[in-house]
Amino acid sequence: MTGHVVLRAGAYSIRVARRPVAAALALVAAALVVGFVALCFGASWSHPMEVLAALAGRGDSVVVIRDWRLPRVAAALVFGAALGLAGAIFQNLTRNALGSPDVIGLDAGSYTGALVAITVLSSTPAQLAVSSAAGGLAAAAAVYFLSLRSGLSGMRLIVIGIAVNAMLTAVNSWIVLRAELEVAMAATGWSAGSLNGVDWAELALPFGVVGALALLLVALAPGMHQTGLGDDLAVASGVRLNPLRLLLVLAGVGCTATVTAVAGPIVFIALAAPQIGRLLAGTAGVALLPAALTGGVLLLTADLLAQVVFAPVALPVGVVTTVIGGGYLIWLLVRRAGRA
Amino acid sequence: MRTDRRRAAILLAALALLLVVAAASVSVGAQAIPPAEIWHAFTAYAGTEEHVIVRGIRVPRTVLGICVGAALGTAGTLVQTLTRNPLAEPGILGVTGGAGFAIIVGAAFGLAGSPAGQLGLAFVGAVLASVAVYAVGSTSPLRLVLTGVALSAVLAGISLGVRLMLPDAFDRYRFWSVGALAGHEQQPLTLALATIGVALACSVVITRPLNAMVLGDDVAQALGGNVTRTRLGVLVLVTLLAGAATAAAGPIAFLGLMVPHLARRLAGGSIPWLMAYTMVLGPILLLVSDIVARVLLPTGEVPVAVVTAFVGAPVLIWVVRRRGAVRS
Repeated sequence: MTGHVVLRAGAYSIRVARRPVAAALALVAAALVVGFVALCFGASWSHPMEVLAALAGRGDSVVVIRDWRLPRVAAALVFGAALGLAGAIFQNLTRNALGSPDVIGLDAGSYTGALVAITVLSSTPAQLAVSSAAGGLAAAAAVYFLSLRSGLSGMRLIVIGIAVNAMLTAVNSWIVLRAELEVAMAATGWSAGSLNGVDWAELALPFGVVGALALLLVALAPGMHQTGLGDDLAVASGVRLNPLRLLLVLAGVGCTATVTAVAGPIVFIALAAPQIGRLLAGTAGVALLPAALTGGVLLLTADLLAQVVFAPVALPVGVVTTVIGGGYLIWLLVRRAGRA
Repeated sequence: MRTDRRRAAILLAALALLLVVAAASVSVGAQAIPPAEIWHAFTAYAGTEEHVIVRGIRVPRTVLGICVGAALGTAGTLVQTLTRNPLAEPGILGVTGGAGFAIIVGAAFGLAGSPAGQLGLAFVGAVLASVAVYAVGSTSPLRLVLTGVALSAVLAGISLGVRLMLPDAFDRYRFWSVGALAGHEQQPLTLALATIGVALACSVVITRPLNAMVLGDDVAQALGGNVTRTRLGVLVLVTLLAGAATAAAGPIAFLGLMVPHLARRLAGGSIPWLMAYTMVLGPILLLVSDIVARVLLPTGEVPVAVVTAFVGAPVLIWVVRRRGAVRS
């Protein structure tokens, strides 16, 4: 078997496919390189040596690099990974490359929840988290029940999701307009999805949540891949489908809602990352690790582009991901049309 | 012809409803104006502030709503009938998105200053977008929707980027870019509205050959129709209607989806009646949405496109869920 290596440690051994490992290493390397570039770039260009010194705690630009730019880079990586995971989960559940949370309205639902927390409640971090998770779950439930009769796979679910998305987006813009001016300013800042001005203090909780959900997903992944073979086979091989699906939906909505609560609806990462990751890693189904790594690299790159391309105007990163991801979606449809 | 008499009665009732809604549209607004003053603004114009508001702002806005509503509704009916796709609609298919994008990009280059320039840009954008969407998504109705939504998203993203980069150039497009009837009252809209009028008249003319095509292309040909010419004519009309409506009021989605489905319930299988109902129901829906948009906020107003999306998206769900209505 040339494509695999077997790692042994005493009585335990694990067979690892080479290509996914190589892809994962390459993605980590890419994340490091792009992340470093992002640390150098800001309102002013910092010399790489200066950045290294600042990371080590020396030099004049420690505050700029470590307290301003590093949180943004870390947020892009972690949130991108979370979005990639959420996309991989829902693409597995719907067995459809288009069935990602941003297309079927889960982002918009989380955002509705977050907006309610900001405008009606007092917008403590806990309220924001609970409210946006509730919004995402409600949107997921709505899409699920509306498409029950026509089956969960296939285009029908996607188009129903698009309609739910359109309604929620309308509600969101109404809430933003209705809110008092200063609140609305805060809300529109991330209504397109933006990482502007994140700092370590507001990232601690989201990072913890994403980490916990990632651990949960490590435990769920074998069962999830088994369901990719078909429900019957999965059940026959000992997967308990309904609890698994419920946990997966909760984890996916949790990832989406966490990111949305902090950065607003950053769309299309969840759509593109799992499929690009699958192509890079050469796996048969949509695997979680490549999706997460690709998501991190994608969001980091998009955020860098958003700052660089139209400098000095910093675009919300959501605008960049919309353009890239929407283009990717069209390409996906073109390719499928050619094959069908 | 009992059914025809009934249909005519329904059409008259719809026209009466349109009159009521138009009257409401003239009466409701930020400034409370007593009905008597509104009446005097027409019968005994004295140039007071109230009279100026009614004649200078509310009446043009209502006329704009009637024209744009009729245009978008008719475009939806035409394209749904032609493609036999109940999900087709200029907003969802990215035609209005393409028109809006072209105007934004043109404005960045200083081309959208005149009404003629805006209209021209809107047509170019509408044509390019519809060709692109149809080329990619023509294999199935659901795929067509997906392609249109994806293209609209990309174009909206780029438009937003352009507007953020050149904020000064786009101050006057602020309301337009989200789809609204507000703020257009003062603009010279004659050209766009005239285009809509001509296109609507042509839509009436094309109804008969289109009616023959509903039975199938073969039957239409056997009845002496020129199928290719009819199809081309319909596509040109849809682009004209959607483009002119977008140039006048910005991208408004879902109206063209709702109206034909409502009109079809009243018209049964008859295409001429469908067209007639469409041209009355489109304005009614848009004016009602516009009135709702005015009263939803304590101060200011919501763009009407937000209201039509909220009301229209459930129609999309309803059509998709109907068994056998859409082949996937």
